[in-house]
Amino acid sequence: MERIPILKMGQFLLVSIQVDMHDQLAITLQDDLTQQIVAHRAHGVLIDISSLEIVDSFIGRMIGNIAGMARMLDAETVLVGMKPAVAITLVELGMSLQGVRTALNVEKGMTMLHASMKGKEFFDRDNEG
Amino acid sequence: MTAITKDDSAAINSSADIVRVRQIVRDFAVSLGFSLVEQTKIVTAASELARNAVEHGGGGNVQIQALNNAMRRGLKLTFSDNGPGIPDLEQALKDGFTTGGGMGLGLGGAKRLVNEFEIDSAPGRGTKVMITRWRNA
Repeated sequence: MERIPILKMGQFLLVSIQVDMHDQLAITLQDDLTQQIVAHRAHGVLIDISSLEIVDSFIGRMIGNIAGMARMLDAETVLVGMKPAVAITLVELGMSLQGVRTALNVEKGMTMLHASMKGKEFFDRDNEG
Repeated sequence: MTAITKDDSAAINSSADIVRVRQIVRDFAVSLGFSLVEQTKIVTAASELARNAVEHGGGGNVQIQALNNAMRRGLKLTFSDNGPGIPDLEQALKDGFTTGGGMGLGLGGAKRLVNEFEIDSAPGRGTKVMITRWRNA
């Protein structure tokens, strides 16, 4: 079956969507990611959509779902690389992806994830101590 | 006088067809000289309406027409299905209204992304949605 690859990088999972996704592919990604978060005890998910020419309400909903599911599994999600035309269209469509953290590119997204991990370590340490 | 300079149609029966419709519409928009934002808007609107045809209409088809007149050029898409039809159009156009698995942004969202929007539907008669996006020549 066709799948979007999920790469593990330390405590983070990295997904780069490079194809025009059909609906089933988006659903498969959602399922795969949640399983991989648990399997690898990942604390962060970075989704790169810099190759995506469009995000419609279905794909937008899938992205929102992933962020919500990841949060419940103790992982942060950062969406990176959205094209300006996609952002304009999504907002006009009525979808502003509230609750999904975004960064301009992969580098900034990784910095964001690392920063939130630092806060988390303190929190964990305090709780243990 | 508005002339049709290019005409194509495609069946929409599966999620793979939705992707294909997006590609055909994109090619038309590029050939008409639409800006990147205009292309993205019409392709996204097409994706929403194609999905409606699959999910609610049990499949259908789309006619894609490039329009040209003295003033401007445009892209007209006509989505038709033979599904159950929409009993309450006003309600269906409201954001958040959904009978499928989506966000309920399909019809209302598509309407906001284009210049002209027309819908013809009644129970038992299927649904026809026509959208047009213009660009100044």
